[in-house]
Amino acid sequence: MNRTRLTHRGNLLWRAALVHRLSGLALAIFLPLHFWALGLAIDGEARLGSFLRWTDAWFVKLAETGLVFLLAVHLLGGLRVLVIENFAWRDGQKQLATLAAGISAVIAVVFLVWAL
Amino acid sequence: MNVRLYAAQRLTAAVMVPLVAVHLAVIIYATNHGLTAADVLARTRGSVAWAVFYGIFVVAAAIHAPIGIRTVLTEWSRLGGRSVDAIATGAGLLLLVLGLRAVAAVVLP
Amino acid sequence: MGPDLTVSLWRGGVEGRYQTYSVPKRENQTVLDVVTWVQRNLDSSLAYRFACRVGMCGSCAMTVNGRPRWTCRTHVSRVAESGRLEIGPLENLPVIKDLATDMRPFFEKWQQARGTFAPSKTRHDPIETIRPDSAARLAAAAAIECINCGVCYAACDSVRWNENYLGPAALNRAWTLVNDVRDTANVQRLAAVAASGGCYACHSHQSCQEHCPLSLNPTASIAGLKRGAALAFLKSEIEA
Repeated sequence: MNRTRLTHRGNLLWRAALVHRLSGLALAIFLPLHFWALGLAIDGEARLGSFLRWTDAWFVKLAETGLVFLLAVHLLGGLRVLVIENFAWRDGQKQLATLAAGISAVIAVVFLVWAL
Repeated sequence: MNVRLYAAQRLTAAVMVPLVAVHLAVIIYATNHGLTAADVLARTRGSVAWAVFYGIFVVAAAIHAPIGIRTVLTEWSRLGGRSVDAIATGAGLLLLVLGLRAVAAVVLP
Repeated sequence: MGPDLTVSLWRGGVEGRYQTYSVPKRENQTVLDVVTWVQRNLDSSLAYRFACRVGMCGSCAMTVNGRPRWTCRTHVSRVAESGRLEIGPLENLPVIKDLATDMRPFFEKWQQARGTFAPSKTRHDPIETIRPDSAARLAAAAAIECINCGVCYAACDSVRWNENYLGPAALNRAWTLVNDVRDTANVQRLAAVAASGGCYACHSHQSCQEHCPLSLNPTASIAGLKRGAALAFLKSEIEA
């Protein structure tokens, strides 16, 4: 129970850091499942094939779109952090963060549209 | 997070920037062209290039992700330092083993 | 909206509650004026801290409507939503009583970050010539005005989440000394900030920069420390 409302969390850059952290966690949880699924190919392509056919379902495609977004936003958010930490300071961090989220959304939409 | 972990995490991040970009392109291409398991495996089986690409990707991810997990657990959970390190190391080993197995599964002829 | 402000002040220590008072609204009024009025006219047991009243010392920093700021430089008209104010002590620091916090952890972390100057010369040596436009001096100058008010420390979630984190002010101070060519303790300083709880615990939320009353940028200073310490580590000048 906080003593006060934490208004600093309304800051865009705080939220960008939160998105980066949550997307990383989600990817870290997803990755072992992803590896397991690909490992099915060890038993031959039929095993992997039947699994992949299941992924044709629309709700799976939607989940995959979400994952593509998470991967892209984690990448672009991470790039922003690498820039902050390794190059001379630049202002306009809020614009960069918004740009990262925007481009990620575009990539995810491209995936969704082409996947359906 | 100390300087050693920081260097490992940032370096693997930098390594993965181009790998993720290529992977996103591959995902979109494969889904768009409706590639089946047979199609995908036909391209990856026996390919040294894909083996190297995804091999490096798996190792980098198996280093990068656990360090992030460690930071999140340190800041957001009440677990002590040793438990956090154990969980992170476990996660890294899991990713490494499952990941290299997956790479083997798709590139071995 | 009546003629009075409705002001909630934190009363107690770690455990406590907000107590509400009615304070006359004035034409020009700072939050510090409001707190002082309560203490002088309604409840002399209220504990709070201030000194210069004119935005130079940083002693009056408190949390106002969820935001850490200097109360002497905060006009009530700018922050009172519908005539209401909620004022509490600074976050991330132990509360002594009511609106006064124990600043000792803040200052101890300043020491831990090696934020103290280590001289190399005596008064008998010639004065060191430092060009004000050298890159190092410009970097130090950009960060040196910090008066250690604690606002950045109170605004930082990395401080909140990690009790070992030295915090933006201590690291910002260390950065000014890293850029001071007269200082001799740089190896120890970089080792101190490279350790667990040092500069690498910063996630660049930039809440510090957002709230600093002097518009300083600890995030940039900390980024400089991250680079400096990483380089020292790779060159084996410091150990992990």
